[in-house]
Amino acid sequence: MTTKSETMRLLRSAPPTAVFGLLVIALYVAVAMFAPIIAPYGEAEIVGGRHEVWSDEHAFGTDQLGRDMLSRLIYGARNTIGIAFLTTLLAFLIGTALGLLAATLGRWADQLISRVVDVVIAIPALIFALLLLTIFGTSLTALVLVIAVLDSARVFRVARSVAMGIVTLDFVEAARLRGEGLVWIVKDEILPNAAPPLVAEFGLRFCFVFLSISALSFLGLGIQPPLADWGSMVRENATLITFGDITPLLPATAIALLTVSVNFVVDWMLHKSSGLKE
Amino acid sequence: MTAIVRMITIRLALGLVTLWIVSVVIFISVEFLPGDLAEAVLGQSATEATLQAYRDRLGLERPPLERYLVWLSGAWRGDFGVSLVNGQPISDLIAVRLGNTLFLAAMAAMIAIPLALGLGILAALYRNSWFDKTISVSTLSAISFPEFFVAYILVLLFAINVNLFPALANIGIGTPFGERVYNSVLPALTLTLVITAHMMRMTRAAIINLLARPYIEMARLKGASPSRVILHHALPNAVAPIVNVIALNLGYLITGVVIVEVVFVYPGLGQLLVDSVTRRDVPVVQAACLIFAATFILLNLIADVVAVLSDPRLLHPK
Repeated sequence: MTTKSETMRLLRSAPPTAVFGLLVIALYVAVAMFAPIIAPYGEAEIVGGRHEVWSDEHAFGTDQLGRDMLSRLIYGARNTIGIAFLTTLLAFLIGTALGLLAATLGRWADQLISRVVDVVIAIPALIFALLLLTIFGTSLTALVLVIAVLDSARVFRVARSVAMGIVTLDFVEAARLRGEGLVWIVKDEILPNAAPPLVAEFGLRFCFVFLSISALSFLGLGIQPPLADWGSMVRENATLITFGDITPLLPATAIALLTVSVNFVVDWMLHKSSGLKE
Repeated sequence: MTAIVRMITIRLALGLVTLWIVSVVIFISVEFLPGDLAEAVLGQSATEATLQAYRDRLGLERPPLERYLVWLSGAWRGDFGVSLVNGQPISDLIAVRLGNTLFLAAMAAMIAIPLALGLGILAALYRNSWFDKTISVSTLSAISFPEFFVAYILVLLFAINVNLFPALANIGIGTPFGERVYNSVLPALTLTLVITAHMMRMTRAAIINLLARPYIEMARLKGASPSRVILHHALPNAVAPIVNVIALNLGYLITGVVIVEVVFVYPGLGQLLVDSVTRRDVPVVQAACLIFAATFILLNLIADVVAVLSDPRLLHPK
């Protein structure tokens, strides 16, 4: 257990990039949680003309339907981050469970799952996602499930290789000889020791999922209107760029800033856990 | 020599097996359509007679195995059937666009590879200096940016603020080479920025990984200069991981190209894929996916083979 002072010391030892990352993530989470309180207008409320310029009433103008851009950005934090987080969580549940199982069971179970994963990874993720979304349609459930399943294959690889190193250790052998069941061995012997590298992996996967969903939304195949979502907002307002208006870049910047921040924090965590000097 | 030939043959065979399994996956996933292809395309309101006529035309009543074999043998000869939306042969749709996409990818690769290798080696050479730190932070940021963000920033800078390059890649069949290059500058630059960051980081990491080895310490102790240690002692041994990095990132171009083509309305395979997904033109989606997947598998195969060729130890796995 880390006490308060230890946490403070840890934070003070963090490089400026990691501190910046943590602050930005905290800000995003706060905005996402208190969206209805912060946002000046409703999520899908039409409050003005189309593509109005920046003014006191509408800080970032209005979008192609006359909805307040700032409010959409704020609600977008909630939808875009929430959906990406849920998807990553699901990918981790599937991937880690299968990875730890494969490492613990070994033999044919490991072979079977690993070969299936090989096939999934042999197809570029975005391309596979496009194929599956053609078939299952572009509903929110389909989107979350498709991305989670495709991404769990990547999580599986990491979880399996981490667990492989732990399975051979003596305390796992001891638990086996004691006659503990499979669930106990996976949950109480392997998982706690595999957790630290998996946490860093979670950050990386979140970025990847977040970018994939934003890319799909940008292509018009991800999160569907009227939900406010950053990827779709870039697409819907993209024409403004040709007039030198930077409004469509705001949601894109929101995406970029979050992924950069998460990457900064993950980079620091990886650096710390690997104990690298160079 | 025979060991090398055998290794290449085995890898090639493995690649073909992977491709075959991928083709099965691409074919089978369509079988999971709720209802069938006819209902998916014609919609709920179609009468039973229209549905039946449609099924007959596409041969949907035949058993899946037979349809798969027909599809696969067609694909092998480059014949993917016809588009459901406009009835054109898919091979005609794809041929020109595939050429355009390869042109764009080649342009991006030609800028990105030397740039990434150069910067990666410099960063490893001057590691922990301000130069290295700046590069590290900026590449980490560039990796995190969505492709469309980079693309629109470039459009804003070089097409709107300063009217240097066109914001839309207007390319036709008869476009002369020079104009083609000029019109593709911004999309190629976007792809370059996205993959250079990755390649550069991995190049730097590959070289730094080697610097802890005893033979590097030996070279240092006998008084070799830092640049000589890196260029003569570390770099030859870093070829395998670096080639791997290049192939992986060219594979990444496949994903990037889809988004970038949509932003710049570049008439390539990626845009065709996205359009077809929107219109649920299943045969075109299948064909495009198969081509993208085959390219991806081929790149990974090349990475494997070159890695083994550059490091004979890998020929004899323990």
